[in-house]
Amino acid sequence: MYKNLKYKAAFIALVTLGCFYLVIGLPKSKEELLANFRKNIRLGLDLRGGSHLVLQVQVQDAFKAESDLLIENLKERLTGAGISYSSIDRNDPKSLEEAERIQVNVKGVPLDKTGPFRTLINDNFPTWVLTAENATDYRLGLRPSESLALRRETVIRSINTIEKRINALGLTEPTVQQRGRTDAESEIIVQMPGVDDPARVKQILQTTAMLELTEVKDGPFPSRESALSKHGGVLPLNTRLVKATNRPGETGEAWYLLARTPVVTGRDLRNARPSRDEFGKWETDFTLSQDAARRFGRFTESNIGNRLAIVLDNQVRSAPTIQNRIEDNGRITGASNEQDAADLALVLRAGSLPAGIVYLQETTVGPSLGADSIREGLIAGIVGLIAVVTVMLVYYRSAGVNATLALILNAVVLVGALSYFEAVLTLPGIAGIVLTIGMAVDSNVLIFERIREELASGKAIPAAVDAGFSRAFLTIIDTHVTTVVSCAFLFIFGSGPVKGFAVTLVIGLIANVFTAVFVSRFMFDFHLMRNPQMKSLSI
Amino acid sequence: MGGAGVYAIGKSGTRLCMQILKNTNFDFLGKKALFIGLSLLLLLAGGISLAWKGGPRYGIDFRGGALMNVKFAKQPKEDDIRKALGAKIPGEVTVQPVVGTNEVLVGTELQSETQLEQARRLMIETLAATFKPAGNKPDFNTIGQARLAELLPEPLQKAGIALSTDQVRELAGAMLEFRDTPPRSGLLTGFDELKGVPGVTPAIINVLKQEFSLGAFAVRSVEIVGPKIGRELREQAVMATLFALGGMLVYIAFRFEWIYGVAAVLAVFHDVLVTIGLFSIFGKEISLTVIAALLTLVGYSMNDTIVVFDRIRENLKLMRKESFPRLVNISINQTLSRTILTSGLTFLTVLSLWLFGGQVLNGFSFALVVGIIVGTYSSVFIASPILVFWQNYLEGRKHRRLRGEAVRPRETAKPPAAKAAR
Repeated sequence: MYKNLKYKAAFIALVTLGCFYLVIGLPKSKEELLANFRKNIRLGLDLRGGSHLVLQVQVQDAFKAESDLLIENLKERLTGAGISYSSIDRNDPKSLEEAERIQVNVKGVPLDKTGPFRTLINDNFPTWVLTAENATDYRLGLRPSESLALRRETVIRSINTIEKRINALGLTEPTVQQRGRTDAESEIIVQMPGVDDPARVKQILQTTAMLELTEVKDGPFPSRESALSKHGGVLPLNTRLVKATNRPGETGEAWYLLARTPVVTGRDLRNARPSRDEFGKWETDFTLSQDAARRFGRFTESNIGNRLAIVLDNQVRSAPTIQNRIEDNGRITGASNEQDAADLALVLRAGSLPAGIVYLQETTVGPSLGADSIREGLIAGIVGLIAVVTVMLVYYRSAGVNATLALILNAVVLVGALSYFEAVLTLPGIAGIVLTIGMAVDSNVLIFERIREELASGKAIPAAVDAGFSRAFLTIIDTHVTTVVSCAFLFIFGSGPVKGFAVTLVIGLIANVFTAVFVSRFMFDFHLMRNPQMKSLSI
Repeated sequence: MGGAGVYAIGKSGTRLCMQILKNTNFDFLGKKALFIGLSLLLLLAGGISLAWKGGPRYGIDFRGGALMNVKFAKQPKEDDIRKALGAKIPGEVTVQPVVGTNEVLVGTELQSETQLEQARRLMIETLAATFKPAGNKPDFNTIGQARLAELLPEPLQKAGIALSTDQVRELAGAMLEFRDTPPRSGLLTGFDELKGVPGVTPAIINVLKQEFSLGAFAVRSVEIVGPKIGRELREQAVMATLFALGGMLVYIAFRFEWIYGVAAVLAVFHDVLVTIGLFSIFGKEISLTVIAALLTLVGYSMNDTIVVFDRIRENLKLMRKESFPRLVNISINQTLSRTILTSGLTFLTVLSLWLFGGQVLNGFSFALVVGIIVGTYSSVFIASPILVFWQNYLEGRKHRRLRGEAVRPRETAKPPAAKAAR
């Protein structure tokens, strides 16, 4: 009956040592032990402090930009081909879900030009589908496959840009990932452990950072209306009206009439950094790539005396007069302090976002709260453990020692498994561990009570122990499975900390089957083997 | 083997052993009317509270909104905060002090994501304008390690303190760790407090005094949930609960009989309803972690129920002659000492969580504390009576069919059980 005890002992020792190794490695010093422990026990954001953000890429922005590009090109082509029209415009999808409904309306194409018009569209704009509304009016919609690709590309480009910005912030172990649910394809999760100033980071992530250096055709005007009235109520071909940002202390509006296509854009930047101007004010300097520098040089040379607009996120930041040929550098003024200038440089270096960003969720835990939570969780765990152990020892005496050892081993295996699965320990996770203590003891109680019953019914000690374990086993399995079932669904449907709770509890319960059934049984058997003549069992 | 037989001996071998419940023979089923009445009373109280308060109080994660935990150096005047924020923030602003601390929960419920984002900025700006000393010096109470390590070298050098970059980083880390550990918990009231930190000299403290200010508050946590995520979290909670209950029903039906599954699920459903009612009575919020606690207690209450059911199943084989109600009563009595002991022990651990686990876990541990009591109670007083009720119904139907006439089911099964158990 006891012949396998040696192997069992070896197995238990192996598991115990293995778990210790997983948690603390093979430390040579106390410092190394602590360092290994910190490395192997991954703390969730709620314990170590940090921010968890869920942001949504406003994909419809990219669709609008795509259709704006189409409108520009179409107007040019139609004019070039001598096809007249009365108007071209697009609708304005307001939300993410409506992005695919983007459509460009072309009205008033003469009847005799129908053929050439269709050919022109089919030849030059294959990604769009042309539908006739009536004899002279048409609408263009994006092909479904194109829509899908555009959606994906927009999200991926946004993730890349956000990653670059986050990395440039120098945070430790940040993660950026797509949320990955089917209904949340355009959502991104950003996790930033130990971030100091989440509000600032959010600002940085949200900045579109679209930089354009554009020729100023006319202006500034005090209002949109005055700009229009000067040009006979309509915008001249290939121009747009852009508002200027107000400097601190400035009031009133300023509008500039700018060329539709910029000379250089943010994509042509080689570098950007904060610096101070001659008056000590903060600004952001940038340098252009070689190719863009040549273009910019040619442009500035031929436009000396004219104005150049520096447009950031569709607002004119400044419109200085070109004094001489500028090769490869420029500056964006108007930063209120060093941080502002540095943040702008950062977003310019990381590149612009293809679409706007909206924050759906933020969970930020400050480092002090995290530390408090760890401490309080620890105290709760220790108090709970002491209470349980005391009751067990008083109530079951020697068998209580047995249960206590099993309980401690349960905790060791649990922590070892957490570290093996690289699971993240959250505050609810700590609660899960504390709860495991309570539930783990349940298995022992079930077995011990059963042994007592068997003894009471007059069985010999070994037989009673054997019966106690085997009868209680099925019950233990049944009770564990139900909790595992509820945790499984918590894991599937829950998020973040709640997931951590489910994982901890499930691992704790599985470890419990091992310790309460296998290890505890071993201890009984070991005891019985050494004292075969035992008259009474201390239980 | 009767109900009394097994527990008659309180000894194991020759030594006396400790036992809370020796030789129990309570007539649980006989008093079921009392217990069902008690349950109904609890459910009714919870229901009235829920109706009175217009449904459960949901946490910020379900309801959507912005909530900030702000810790002040001195006990702040609630009205000051309310007034300052109310003037700036469009929606309704709630200011709720955390009992026993200088912390305040500031919240607002706005309907769109962008509004919430704005409200967050406005809240911090307004608080800063209201409570922080004027001046442009960086606030030591909100600064992080990287920024501090970036700002320190220059003034340190000026003061003639030579430290390498790594040393400055380490020093910054040590000072901030000191700041963030209790009793300070993120707020220093004077730089002199830093004296105890290894590596901090009076000269360094002087540099800090010159270069930094100490803000009167620190934001300990921020939670913003927009309507979209709020809806998702609500759906998640409902799905998790339904699937968990369904999964358990299927498992128990598979392991026992379907009626056992139904009885067990009805019992835990009772637990959940009672707990939600108590949450409403005590004015506590139901958040996603509370749902996690509810599901745990569902699992736990199920444990207790299964232990009893297991024993019933075992006894069905052993005691073929016993009437079913009596057999159930014996089974409850046989497992009673285990039930009370484990529930008591688990109760101790969750009580410890509730008392010492801190404010963040408060709702979670409250649900467990309440749930374990209710769960244990329901396993004994709700689940088993359902089984007996069903059995009586079945037998009644059988008799009716046999005799071809209606016989009141109570007469056939119940009285012997009650009598014998007494």
